[in-house]
Amino acid sequence: MRRYLKFTYAALVYAFLYLPLVVMVVYSFNASRFSMQWKGFTLHWYDALIHDASLIQAALHSLTIAAVSATVACFIGTVTALAIHRWRFVGRKAIHAVLFVMMMSPDIVIGISLLVLFIALSLPLGFWTLLMAHVTLCMPFVAITVHGRLQGFDPHVVEAARDLGAGELEVWRHIMLPMTMPAVLAGWFMSFTLSLDDVIIAFFTTGPTFEVLPLRIYSMVRLGLKPEINALCAAMILITAVAVVTTQWLLKEQK
Amino acid sequence: MKDSRFFRRLVVTAILAWMALFAFGPNLLVLLASFGRASGTTFVEPGFSLHNYLRLLEPAYGRIMLSSLWLAGGVTLICLVCGYPFAAILARTRAPWRNALLLLVVIPFWTNSLVRTYAMIAILNANGIVNRLLLAMGLIDAPLPMMYSSGAVLAGLVYALLPFMVLPLYAALERLDQRYVEAARDLGATPARTFARVIVPLTMPGIVSGCMLVFLPALGMFYVPDVLGGAKGMLLGNFIRDQFLTSRNWPFGSAASVAMTLVMGLMLLLYWKSNVRLSRREWI
Repeated sequence: MRRYLKFTYAALVYAFLYLPLVVMVVYSFNASRFSMQWKGFTLHWYDALIHDASLIQAALHSLTIAAVSATVACFIGTVTALAIHRWRFVGRKAIHAVLFVMMMSPDIVIGISLLVLFIALSLPLGFWTLLMAHVTLCMPFVAITVHGRLQGFDPHVVEAARDLGAGELEVWRHIMLPMTMPAVLAGWFMSFTLSLDDVIIAFFTTGPTFEVLPLRIYSMVRLGLKPEINALCAAMILITAVAVVTTQWLLKEQK
Repeated sequence: MKDSRFFRRLVVTAILAWMALFAFGPNLLVLLASFGRASGTTFVEPGFSLHNYLRLLEPAYGRIMLSSLWLAGGVTLICLVCGYPFAAILARTRAPWRNALLLLVVIPFWTNSLVRTYAMIAILNANGIVNRLLLAMGLIDAPLPMMYSSGAVLAGLVYALLPFMVLPLYAALERLDQRYVEAARDLGATPARTFARVIVPLTMPGIVSGCMLVFLPALGMFYVPDVLGGAKGMLLGNFIRDQFLTSRNWPFGSAASVAMTLVMGLMLLLYWKSNVRLSRREWI
């Protein structure tokens, strides 16, 4: 009895989480433009997406920003994680605390504070400002993931390598790097999805010269249900799902 | 040796400089702006007065703050009450299934929440799934107007943020040492008492971080009311955005943002306390 109750409850929560997404994906294949009635299967809306040049442009902008900011965030985040793991210095605990606070900060607070910074430095809003904003958003996630991985290290491995005559460089090349790599890659995919997901920070930190996909969706969505938007959103979900499955797989590999 | 010390100093300085520029700098500027006055040409006229904060407390704006806090509180409570048993079920599932079930929570967690909010339209619409189901069952005669109401915003926020509650709760519940629960039972505690006195205190960090991950975005996700309609002036996020983009009163918007940061600070303090209490207990 209890088992069935648990099973039903979990099934209900999953239904709540997935029903809207499934309905949206199904309707992205619906031939009818204006109604919720099913009028047959079509790929027309996907075809329309591919031929919308400005939409493709926005999608390319989004993917570029996601890939570049993930790479930069990974570099800074990994260096930070290694520094607070290996070295003892003044401000080490403070860095850790700041990373945590940055991770918890609401997007809108990050967005407007960076907007104020960019305006104060009189930087024109566009690619570079959005890139800096997304690196700021993603870097703490990378640093915390990599740091967590480093904490799980067996320190004896390094000691053993030292005893066997490995120098600092060899320890890095043959031990630290291979062992942190899965966490760094997971951090990269995490940053990539974070950047693709973000609406609020991009809303404040990019300009009309550099439109990204979530902002494009935001301006389309305010007009209500449209099959093209369904198709676009379905494509976004697919990209996210692939990135998430890859991240999980990478994080599992290391255990 | 000298080289490595130089390298070390260089790296640490670079990290600290990066943080000063992108973490401290912007927040300091917002704090400074919140004490200033609006200006047509330079956005902010520097000064030192608390009038923006006092204005936030005026009835017209105080009402927005209160209704936003109230709505976010409701969203957090619903997510906690629905998410806790769900996370507990997940944490008790056997290994091969558990990873798959967990992945099904992680995917919506990372999916664009604007996309997910948009998906809610097809559910809440006049001819959406819920209305059609209720009509088919004969429970209602005409479609319920669910869109463009504060209920729709509440539902949208719960939908968008539920995974953010479930994952920290899951992490805490998975780490929970079952021997404590068994010990409480053996000593004669009722299930309710075991839950209140053992399970909840031991999973408190998870509860607080889940609440933080739901409550703070629920104050700020301005696109949810935009997409689902209704409650137009209810979210602090919409208010801040409008001050920055339409009213062009940056100092006033900054003051609201500082207020939000203070709420975050309060929640972080709670989190820290719950962690400290837990680790102290482990030493006894």
